[in-house]
Amino acid sequence: MSLRTPLGKVRGLGSAKSGTDHWWMQRVTAIANIPLVICVMGIVISLTGADHAAVIARLGHPIVTIVLLAFILSITWHMRLGMQVVIEDYVHGEGRKIACLLANAFFCAVIAIAGVFAVLKLGFGA
Amino acid sequence: MSSTSSQDQRPLSPHLQVYRPMLTMMMSIAHRITGVALYFGTFLVAWWLVAAAVGAGYFDMVNGFFGSWFGRIILLGYTWTLIHHALGGLRHLVWDTGRGFELDQVEFMAKANLVGSIVLTVLVWIVGYAVR
Repeated sequence: MSLRTPLGKVRGLGSAKSGTDHWWMQRVTAIANIPLVICVMGIVISLTGADHAAVIARLGHPIVTIVLLAFILSITWHMRLGMQVVIEDYVHGEGRKIACLLANAFFCAVIAIAGVFAVLKLGFGA
Repeated sequence: MSSTSSQDQRPLSPHLQVYRPMLTMMMSIAHRITGVALYFGTFLVAWWLVAAAVGAGYFDMVNGFFGSWFGRIILLGYTWTLIHHALGGLRHLVWDTGRGFELDQVEFMAKANLVGSIVLTVLVWIVGYAVR
């Protein structure tokens, strides 16, 4: 027997109002990260010992720009979800927990914005 | 809830220290620690990209740091951390499908994760030095 209302059952979002979204997006970004990280590793390895001119030429290629954009968005999203779980597990005081969750959101946003801006600038010709 | 005095007096259930350390437990902890390390390590990726976008002078300084012995040690650690976490994530994706829960399979995947992360890290760096 369930005490949940029919509407609550249909929505399936539970008390946190977000359902399995956190878990699901952790997996979606994890799967996206696999090919993206492999590609970015390849790009970085191919640029070991390269000077600035060679690096901006490589990073200015449209395919590389697209891969780097997807990489940055996927990993920063994945980072934020993962760190959120760590914070919720170990930081117990309500005020400190909220401060940590905010810091998590801001750190991931700053990394994402900085990375996206740099990649776009290189993509459009630094 | 945790700040109520009545709860502070209660005995706590035994935590991790009552268990004998096992490989699977260590790999679970390692997955989380490598995840946290990568979290902060992503700063280095953004720093390198921004440096390339800033200009040649600043990029040479940042690239010089990554190319130094200290920078290379950090990047070697980063490589292993990344591969270890990625392989650990693959294990979790297998478990998500409901497979791989038999004890021998769990033990095998834990070992494969550890050995695989070291072997692949060495391979990546051999390739890195070879194409240089």
